[in-house]
Amino acid sequence: MSPLLEVNELQIAFGGVKAVNGLTFSADAGEIVSVIGPNGAGKTSAFNCITGFYKPVSGSITLDGKDITGKRPAVIAATGVTRTFQNLRLFPDLTVLDNVRGGMHLYGGQNFVDALFHTPRYRKSERFYTEEAHRWLDFVGYQGGRGIPVRNLAYGQQRQVEMARAMARKAKLVLLDEPGAGLNHSEKQDLLELCRKIRDLGAAVVLIEHDMGVVMEVSERVVVMNFGKEIADGTPDAVKKNPAVIEAYLGKADEPVKADEPAKAEGPDITEGDS
Amino acid sequence: MSDNVDTTRAPRRIGKPASRISRLFESRQLGWAAFAIAVLFPFVLASNYAMSIGTTAVIFILLASGLNIVVGYCGLLDLGYIAFMAVGAYTSGIIAKAWELPILFTIPAVVIMCILAGLIIGGPTLRLRSDYLAIVTLGFGEIIRLTANNLAITGGPSGIYGIPGVDLFGLDLSGPVPFYYFCVAVVALMVLGSARLGKSRLGRAWRFVREDEDAAEAMGIHTYKVKLAAYIFGAIWGGIGGVLFAAHLSAISPQSFVFLQSALVLMAVVLGGMGNTRGVVVGAVVISLLPEFLRDMGNLRYVIFGVVLVAVMVLRPQGFWPSRAYEPEKLDEARKGKRDGGPRPGAPVTTAKGGTP
Ligand SMILES: Nc1ncnc2c1ncn2[C@@H]1O[C@H](COP(=O)(O)OP(=O)(O)O)[C@@H](O)[C@H]1O
Ligand SMILES: [Mg+2]
Repeated sequence: MSPLLEVNELQIAFGGVKAVNGLTFSADAGEIVSVIGPNGAGKTSAFNCITGFYKPVSGSITLDGKDITGKRPAVIAATGVTRTFQNLRLFPDLTVLDNVRGGMHLYGGQNFVDALFHTPRYRKSERFYTEEAHRWLDFVGYQGGRGIPVRNLAYGQQRQVEMARAMARKAKLVLLDEPGAGLNHSEKQDLLELCRKIRDLGAAVVLIEHDMGVVMEVSERVVVMNFGKEIADGTPDAVKKNPAVIEAYLGKADEPVKADEPAKAEGPDITEGDS
Repeated sequence: MSDNVDTTRAPRRIGKPASRISRLFESRQLGWAAFAIAVLFPFVLASNYAMSIGTTAVIFILLASGLNIVVGYCGLLDLGYIAFMAVGAYTSGIIAKAWELPILFTIPAVVIMCILAGLIIGGPTLRLRSDYLAIVTLGFGEIIRLTANNLAITGGPSGIYGIPGVDLFGLDLSGPVPFYYFCVAVVALMVLGSARLGKSRLGRAWRFVREDEDAAEAMGIHTYKVKLAAYIFGAIWGGIGGVLFAAHLSAISPQSFVFLQSALVLMAVVLGGMGNTRGVVVGAVVISLLPEFLRDMGNLRYVIFGVVLVAVMVLRPQGFWPSRAYEPEKLDEARKGKRDGGPRPGAPVTTAKGGTP
C-alpha cells in the first residue's frame, strides 16, 4: 500500500528565492514523522504548500492516492488534512468552544433553513458540535474556562485550543508546525503524549520541531531539511549518524536547536501575530 | 503555566462574575420587551406623523440587521448597502405597477433580483481583500442609483409613484397604523432570522472568516462561498426593506438611495455594536430617531447629530453594545462521565464529508 501522504519533488519559489527545492518525503497512517532543519530551510513553506496556501512551481502532493497539488486550502482540508500554525492562528474574539467548533465545520449537519426555523436537525447538530468540542478539549488536556474568549488565555492554553481545533475534524493527516515553541518543559512532555495519542487514533502526524530531544523521543521517522530539500530521511538513530546531517548541524557555529524559540513564553497578544 | 489562569467553570470574562445588569441585557425576554414597545407605540402616539416616523425606524432596523450580517458577522465592509434596498424597491414597484399585482406578490421576484445583485457584486469582488471591497461596494451603490436615474423603466429622476400599499389577502393594511404593525411583524421575524443565522454553523463560519480568513480556510471553510452567502443574505434583507419602503412611501426615486443612506445604515451597525443583533437594533433606532428629536433645532441638529456620533465612536469604539464572546458551559454533567475517555475509543479516522453551504 502506498503511503498516506506523498510529497514528490516539490518546488516553491518566492521571486527568485527557492524556498523549497525538490522536497520528497512521505508519511504513513499511524506514524509520527518529524521534519527538522535550520531556520529558513523551508519547512513551513512546505506545510503551506501541502495545505494549499502556497502554489507549488512544480512537483506533486498526493493524499491517499488523490492528487491534491495546488488545490484550494478548504478543498484539501476536506480530503482529510488538518494543521496548526507556527504563529498561533486562533479566532481571538471567539470563545474557546467556538474555536473548536471551527475545526468541525466540515461535519455539516445543518443548513441555513434548519438554522432559521430551529429544526430538530439544527438542535441535534448544535448539541453534537458542543459535545464534540468539549470532548476534544478534554482530549488535549485543556483545563481552562471554555466559554471565554481565547484572547484571554495563557499562551500554553491557546496552543492547546489550537490543537483541539485541528483535531476536532478527525483528519487523516495532521500537520503540526512547531507546536512546542514557547512551551515549558512539562507542557512539552504533555505535547509528546498528545502526539502519541493522535497517532494512536490512526492519523499520520507530521511534526516540525526544533527540540532534538523531543524529536528523537517521539518520532518513528525523521526528515531533515536544508536549503529546501531533504538531506536525510530515516529513523532517529540513523539520522543522528548521517554525515550530511552532522555537517548541516555541527558545521555551523551556533546550535540550531531552539534557535527560533520566541523569547517570551507567556501569552503574546495573538491579534498582533503576523499573517 | 495553567496555574495563573482561572480554571474554574466561570463562564464570564476572567475575574468578572456575571453582574445582574449583564444577565438582564442578555436575557431572552429582552427581545420580547423590545417587541412589546414597538407594539405599544401607536397607543401612545398615533398621529400620522408619528406612525410614519415609527415605520421608517422599523424599516431601518431591518436594513441594519441585514447589513449586520455582512459587516458585523462576516467583517466585510460594505459602503453601498442601500443599493440592495434600491433593487428591492424598484423591482417591487415596477412589477406591482406593470401587472397591477398586490405588492406582497412581488416578493419572490425581489428575492431573486437581490440574490442576482448579490452574486453580481459579490462574485468578482469577494476574492479581494476587505479594503478593496469597500471601494467596489461604494461604486456599486452609485452605479445602481445612476442606472435608476437614467433608465426609462425606473422612471428616471422622478422615479416611480402610485405604488400600492400592502394588501394581505383582501385585508387592506395600507393605513398608517395597520401598515406600521405589518412592518413590525415582518421586521421582528427578519431580525430574529438574522440573529438565528448568527448562531448557526453558517453564522460561525462568518465569524471565523472575520477573525482569521486563513485559519478558517485551513479548517475546511470555503471562505469565498461563505462570504458570498453573507452577501446574498444581506442583499435579501435589504431587498425586503426596499419592498416595505416602496409600500410605505408609495413613491420611490433615486434620491432615496444616495450614499448618505448607506452611511447611515453602516453607522447604525457600528454604533450599536457590530455582530450583536440587540446592539444593532438599538443603533438603528437611535440613528433613525435622533434627528427627529432634534427637529426643533433646524439645521443645527445635523451638527449635534454628528458630534454625538463622533463622541460615541471616540468613547466607545466597539459600539454601545458590542457582541461579547462568552457562553455558559452547560455540558458539565455530560462531560464528567467522559472526562478520561477522550474521543470515542477506537473511532476510526475518517474524512468528514460535505462542504460549505
Ligand atoms: N510568503 C513568503 N514570501 C516570501 N518569502 C517567503 C515566504 N514564506 C517563506 N519565505 C522564505 O522562504 C524561506 C523558507 O522559509 P520557511 O518555510 O518559513 O522556513 P522554516 O519554516 O524552515 O524556518 C525563507 O527564506 C523565507 O524568507
Ligand atoms: Mg517555520
